[in-house]
Amino acid sequence: MASFARRLKISNDINTDYIISGRYKFKIQDHKELAKHIFEDLEEGFYKRIKPGDFLVAGDNFGCGSSREQAPVALKASGISAVVARSYARIFYRNAFNVGLCLVECETNYIDDQDELELDLDKNMLVNVSKGVNVEIKPVPEVMRKFLEAGGVIDYFKAHGGFGGVT
Amino acid sequence: MAQTIAEKILSTHSGRKAYAGDIVMADVDFCFGQDGTSGMIIDSFRRMGVENVFKRDNFCMVIDHSAPSPNIGVSAIHDKIRSFAAEHGVRVFDVGCGVCHQLIPEYGYVSCGDLVLGADSHTCTYGALNALSTGVGSTDLAVALASGKNWFKVPESAMVRVEGSLPKGVYSKDVILHIIGDVGADWANYISVEFTGSAVTALSVEARMTISNMAVEMGAKCGLMKADRKTTDWIKKHSTRDIRPVSPDEDARYLYEKEYDVSDLAPQVACPDTVDNVCDIDEVEGIPIDEVSIGTCTNGRLEDLEIAARILKGKKVAKGMKLIVTPASKKIYLDALKAGLIEIFVDSGAVVNNPGCGPCVGTHQGVLADGEAAFSTANRNFKGRMGNPNSSIYLGSPATAAATALEGKISDPRAHGRRLWRPGD
Repeated sequence: MASFARRLKISNDINTDYIISGRYKFKIQDHKELAKHIFEDLEEGFYKRIKPGDFLVAGDNFGCGSSREQAPVALKASGISAVVARSYARIFYRNAFNVGLCLVECETNYIDDQDELELDLDKNMLVNVSKGVNVEIKPVPEVMRKFLEAGGVIDYFKAHGGFGGVT
Repeated sequence: MAQTIAEKILSTHSGRKAYAGDIVMADVDFCFGQDGTSGMIIDSFRRMGVENVFKRDNFCMVIDHSAPSPNIGVSAIHDKIRSFAAEHGVRVFDVGCGVCHQLIPEYGYVSCGDLVLGADSHTCTYGALNALSTGVGSTDLAVALASGKNWFKVPESAMVRVEGSLPKGVYSKDVILHIIGDVGADWANYISVEFTGSAVTALSVEARMTISNMAVEMGAKCGLMKADRKTTDWIKKHSTRDIRPVSPDEDARYLYEKEYDVSDLAPQVACPDTVDNVCDIDEVEGIPIDEVSIGTCTNGRLEDLEIAARILKGKKVAKGMKLIVTPASKKIYLDALKAGLIEIFVDSGAVVNNPGCGPCVGTHQGVLADGEAAFSTANRNFKGRMGNPNSSIYLGSPATAAATALEGKISDPRAHGRRLWRPGD
């Protein structure tokens, strides 16, 4: 099944308050319910545009601000398969891989909303099918690949009885 | 090879010489969560299948973000926190104790050279105490809670030198806003920033905390300072821990270096909707403000309250102004009571909240109406941060906040002449 790029109107410094407002992080515990409110303060109804497997595409410093883990959790529950951005804020970066959400770092200026994308983590390549171009991505660090493959840091921890093999 | 403060602290905690770019497993000295993050810490901890927390005394939970609870959902989270604490024998700072970033150092949990993790992004505050403290998410925190460790990528470091002496009416909050406005919200992503220079040295430890607190607003992993006599005296007063200051080697390598002279700095204001949207006060003077909030982990300490109270003393806030004062801890609240500051606030027309995060997080205690504007001493002004996406937030110092509350519009505190005060005056 084809997957598509979903872009917000703003591109840079999308903070975790925008991903999921503090209003909901206390109120809603169910991840699928939480997902219905992502980016609500920026663009109401954005959630409805996401089809399972889609990519959320942004610019620099995605996920800055609050450490709330509800941000990557809600994004994952919304059905997106990965975030594609030029750069990420560090707490969000760790949180995402910890909960099993893949983050891809690459040039995103030339990816438009609705472009069809294919991700190949082994080849470090993002294929923009609509534009017929291959975009090179920054290799996902080995630690993060391990967490991702395990389904998140907790599953990794459980499978290895600790952090053996991380460093 | 020479090391920065971050490289040294991660070396002592991982048992190997660590340098920027290395990935290390490090022992965590202390970790904690707050009520917005602890629910997920508990869930993650339970999923890990570990029976006991790694070390009881090295962990606590603080009920500060939405306290007392404004709704049933939050009440359930608070209840879950208390039950988990009882089950595992760990400490809870319950409703009314204060903000985590005030309580953790105030109760002596932090000393020089420590490695501290908090499930709150402003954990970088204790960099002012020469500790590598940084914010993480709930699952990362649960990992530390269960194992006493976590993995770290040793960060590159940047040096920010702040020289000169601050003019009257200009404070550490103005300094850090000015720096963030200059470098932007992502300048220090993944980086350990070390603040140094005569203007930093001249500040009280509390005022230094304001600077370290906001290091994350430029993306930094931590906002470290060297320890001096003020630092060690402060820790001695609050803690029985050993004090082993960590200084960078003279030829340590810094990815970036920046220098500022703040001798002529004007009061700074961060305008909606980003923290790096900063200007001198004269560019925004006169903008109508409906609510002023004084408090939070950035500026809710005793000296912040005193700076504001001296401006407000014997005066009334503007008609229709909602002035909300939130002491950062119970101790600060009591000290402010004894010093007569609370009376000054109430007399001026302010509402004084219980210690905690107050209206900063947008869940209670001062949610804005559509079209309203707030002036806050907090650290974030993102759209919707104070609970309503159709409102706007300006950030500045407690002095600017107090001056603004009196006028009902953004006002220059320097107009208050001899009422301007700073610790040591």
